Formats: sequence, structure tokens, C-alpha cells
Amino acid sequence: MTRRLPKITVWRAIFAAIMLTALYATYRRVMYGLGGVTNLSDRFPWGLWVAFDILCGVGLAAGGFTLVAIVHIFSIERYKPVLRPAILTAFLGYTLVVVALLFDLGRPDRLWHPLVMWNPHSALFEVAWCVMLYTTVLFLEFLPMVLEKFGWHKPLGWLHNISVPLMIAGVLLSTLHQSSLGTLYLIVPEKMYPLWYTPILPLLFYISAIAVGLAMTIFESWHSSRAFGRALELPLLASMGRVLAVLLSVYLWVRFLDLSHRHVLGLLTRNRTETWLFLLEVALLATPCVLLFQRRVRLNPGALYAAAVMVVFGFIANRLNVGITALEANSGTHYVPRWSEISITLAIVAAGFATFRLIAQYFPVFEQAHQPALAQARQAEEEPIEVG
Amino acid sequence: MSKAILYDSTLCIGCRSCEGACAERWGLPYNEKIAAEELISAHKLTAIETHGDRYSRRLCMHCIEPACASVCPVGALQKTALGPVVYDPEKCFGCRYCVQACAFQVPTYEWNERLPHMRKCDMCFERQSRGEPTACAAACPTGATKCGDRDALIAEAHQRIADKPGDYFHKIYGLEEVGGTSVLYLSAVPFEQIGLRTNVPHEALPALTWRALELVPDVVSTGSVLLGGIWWITNRRAEVAKAEGKRTKAEGRRK
Repeated sequence: MTRRLPKITVWRAIFAAIMLTALYATYRRVMYGLGGVTNLSDRFPWGLWVAFDILCGVGLAAGGFTLVAIVHIFSIERYKPVLRPAILTAFLGYTLVVVALLFDLGRPDRLWHPLVMWNPHSALFEVAWCVMLYTTVLFLEFLPMVLEKFGWHKPLGWLHNISVPLMIAGVLLSTLHQSSLGTLYLIVPEKMYPLWYTPILPLLFYISAIAVGLAMTIFESWHSSRAFGRALELPLLASMGRVLAVLLSVYLWVRFLDLSHRHVLGLLTRNRTETWLFLLEVALLATPCVLLFQRRVRLNPGALYAAAVMVVFGFIANRLNVGITALEANSGTHYVPRWSEISITLAIVAAGFATFRLIAQYFPVFEQAHQPALAQARQAEEEPIEVG
Repeated sequence: MSKAILYDSTLCIGCRSCEGACAERWGLPYNEKIAAEELISAHKLTAIETHGDRYSRRLCMHCIEPACASVCPVGALQKTALGPVVYDPEKCFGCRYCVQACAFQVPTYEWNERLPHMRKCDMCFERQSRGEPTACAAACPTGATKCGDRDALIAEAHQRIADKPGDYFHKIYGLEEVGGTSVLYLSAVPFEQIGLRTNVPHEALPALTWRALELVPDVVSTGSVLLGGIWWITNRRAEVAKAEGKRTKAEGRRK
């Protein structure tokens, strides 16, 4: 019997092209150093890899801790069907952040240094520790999906015993480092454009991370329902859309108050790149906010999906603005990422999508898709029978 | 007593002896082409800048409370009691947060190395430990760069302004900038005219980060009690509901 080659589809071809380009970029990164593959300089030391791969990567993975908190700490059990995909996204997200770090660090062979060389005054030290510990927590939260698949019940029991402290630790660690990514920028008050520099940057990073975590969960559910032919958990996603609308309005309101208290709203009258990119960012967050307040949008799968995508893009715009736009004017240089920087970033995103799909296909990530009978039975058991 | 450098722009003749001495001290190449670069970089740790008919000098400011040392996640940068801010290349893992955080844009990176390090002036730490002046101060033919105790140099700078008030802009750069630096400047004109950054905050920068970071223990302690408490309440509620559900089920069956 001959083995059949995998079918060539457009997406597979694109995926292969991205990976091959990235492979070449990786070769150049190893051989010629950061200068050989990036447009970074002494004036602009942090570029796309920090602003996208790390700031956005960690944020987009925030659905993991948000849903763990909702389902297991606030015990809102009906969100359970989207919990596992959110944990998987988070676990993959953090793993890919570490991969991105291997590219961005000048000395990736010394990735472990913060473990033994401490500086508690550094926000990056705190982020490093939190990311490391939280990735471990995520691994342990993801592990049951693997153990169930192979029917290893003993370790499952052990994990179950430590699950509550583990989940609380996960939520705390996330709270700390999601906000500390904003703290990273507090040290450069005079370098950052005032539309973005604010002492409450950590708070803004935290709220927006929770919001985008929910948006990503909606995004994932929509895609996986199409990919695996699952029914969309619409009532559930709609209620998440409602929470998202409230979170976004809180975020935008805090943002407005901050700008007005710092008396920088006047900057918006200037015709500068910063103004337009700021308005783009706000529009991408305000539009879905308004949309999601409407019932007919929340209950329409396409519209709900579009709103979630807008939130994701608004979030990405915000992080890129903080990490790149806000710092450019004062740096005295113009930074545009080189092809190789973009190529590595694309490859990391593509690897994320592909791995998610593979794991979701072979492991019990979506309960109903794999154990329909069991899930139904469980549901029947959980629902109290109406009496009388 | 902590060491410092006083650079008096009015005495500088732009001979670049300091650049040559610095390159020699670090074992870096120095030639006419490099001399013409008026920019500090990984292969040139101090640079003389021309501003019309005046000169200025760029080097690490050796802040009293350095941002670079506070942000370094692996503690590769340290402010020594002697004055210099020193760097341990064996610790550095190349995050470049120091380059990002420095208000004076001093740390430079070996962008094209396979195993790169950060580079910056260390105020000749080992020479100063032996009581010798920095290489640049020793090489300066006019006394434009002078090395000594910070307090004594500040007194001397005030004295120079008082002696020749017409020759100087009546301020010392480095007294208040980012809470004070160990490199001080005198100039005939306002400092921005010789390329110094005058928009830097007059408070020490590490405090800006610390205001957020010092909340970490509070977040952890309050957060764990709060989350644990919420779990305890909601979980109990679910247990009760489950037990009642079972009872109603059983009752339903009995009927």
C-alpha cells in the first residue's frame, strides 16, 4: 500500500511558504545576529518582536485565566464548554511567546538567567518569573486533556487534588504579568508620546487583556465550529459578548478620564501619525463596544464574530502603538520592521493556528465533538429535573 | 565619597584625545573614520560632538539612581558605591531593556555579533578603584574633562561660574537631571544648544516603576484571599444546589 501524500490546498501552500521563509530568516538570525534580520538599532531597541510577539502574544492568551476564573472560581459552570479551548490557546500562546523570546533575546542560550540572577526592581524580571510559572500552570491545566485521551486516571486524580490552588495561582500570576507588561513602559516618560504614556498603563493593560481574552474565545469558538462542524454555543457566546461590551466601555471610559485628567486630549487636534493611529485604535475598540450592546448583534453569529475580530485588532493596534508608535517620534529614527522580522512573526502565528487545530483534532478539547454521548449524559445529570 | 566627571564645554578644543584614550582602554579600534563618527556606539563609548564652534561630549552619565540598573532583569548593571555604573557581560541575556530605558540613550548593543553584549562607558571602574583618574580625564590636555569626588567637582563648577560669570550658562547639567548624575556639564550656552537632553524628568526614574511594582505583594496576598474566598462561597453554593437537586430527583422518583 502506498502512502497518500497530504492534499495540497491553498492554506497548506501558504503555510509551507511562511514556514520556509521563516526557516531562512532563522538561519540569518543565527548567523548574522539581530542586526542581520531586524531593523533595530540603539535608537530603537525593541521592535515588532517585542510589540507583537510578546505584548500581543501574552495578551491574546488571556482568555485562559479569564475563563478559569469564571468557571472554576466564580463557579459559573455554563461557560465550561469554552474553557478547554481557552486553556489550550493560552498554553500555546505562552509557549510561542517563549519561542519568540528565543529570537528576540540577544543571547537566547541565557534564557534561564532570570531564574538564578535576580533583580526584583525590574518589571521585566517580574514578567519573566510570572510567565515562566504561569506557563507551568497552563501546562498542568492542559495536561488533563492528554491524560483523558490515554485514560490515565491516577495522575488525573492527583491533578484534580491540586487544581484549586493551581487555578488561583494562575489567575494571580496572570494579573501580575498582564499588568506588568504595561509597567515596562513606565520608565520612559519623556520618550513616549503622551497619548499613551500614563502612570495607569498597568491597569489599562490588565483590563484590555481580560477583554481581548473573551474576544479571542468567541473568535476561536466560531472558527472551531466551522472547522470541526460543531454547533456554535451561541447563547453562551452571546452572554460573553455582553460581558465584553461592559468591559470595553469601562476600558474606554478609564482611558478617556486618564487622557482628560492629564490634559492631553488637545493633542488630538494635531495632524500627526500618532493622532490617526490613536483614533484607529479607539475606533476598533469603540465600534464593537457599541455593537455588542445590541441584542440582535450578539445573537447573530456573523456579527458577533465580526465584533470579536474588531476587538482583537483594536487590542493589537493598542499594543503596537504602545510598543512602536508612541516611541518613534522621540527616538529620532523611523522604524519599519524588516521582512525577516515579519516572516518570523507570521510563522509564529501560523504555528499557533496549526498546532491548535492538530491538538483540537486529536485531544478532547471540545467536549461535545469527541464524547457526544457522554457529554449529553452529563448534561442530563447536571440539569435538575423540574418537579411538579 | 563617590567619583564623578566634570566636563567643561568651554574648555574643550575638540582634539578627541579622550576618544582615543577610551578606545585604547577598551581595546577598540580607533582611526580617522571612527573619529569622524559623532555618535556613541558599541565600538565608540565616548564621542565628541561639534555644535557650531562649540564642542560637547557624550558618555554614560552614571546616574545616581540609574534606570538601566533598575530595569535589568538579571542584575547585570550595578551602581557601585564608588560612582561608576558597571556592567557584567556574563549575566546579560540581551533583552536590551537598558537601551530602551536610558533617558540619555547611552547603552549601545552589538547588533551584528552572534554572541552580543551591551556596551557603555564604565567610568574606568578598575582604574578608579586603584585611585587613578579615568583614561579620558588623564588624556585631556586642557582640563575640559576632570575626574574627582562629585561634591568637590560640584563646588568647583560653581566656583568656575562665579569666577567668570560671562563665560558660562549659570547652571550645572547633571545636578537635578533624573535625580542627579555622576557626569556633570558646564556650558557657555543653554544645554540643549550643545545637544544635551533637557526634557528629562528631574526625579529618579526607577521610582516610576517601583510605584507599580511595590504593589505586587499586596496583589498576591489580597488576591489569593479574595479568590480563595469567592471559590469557597460559590463552590459551597454549587454543592448545596447539587445536594438539593439529588433530593428533589429522589423525591420525584418516589412520586
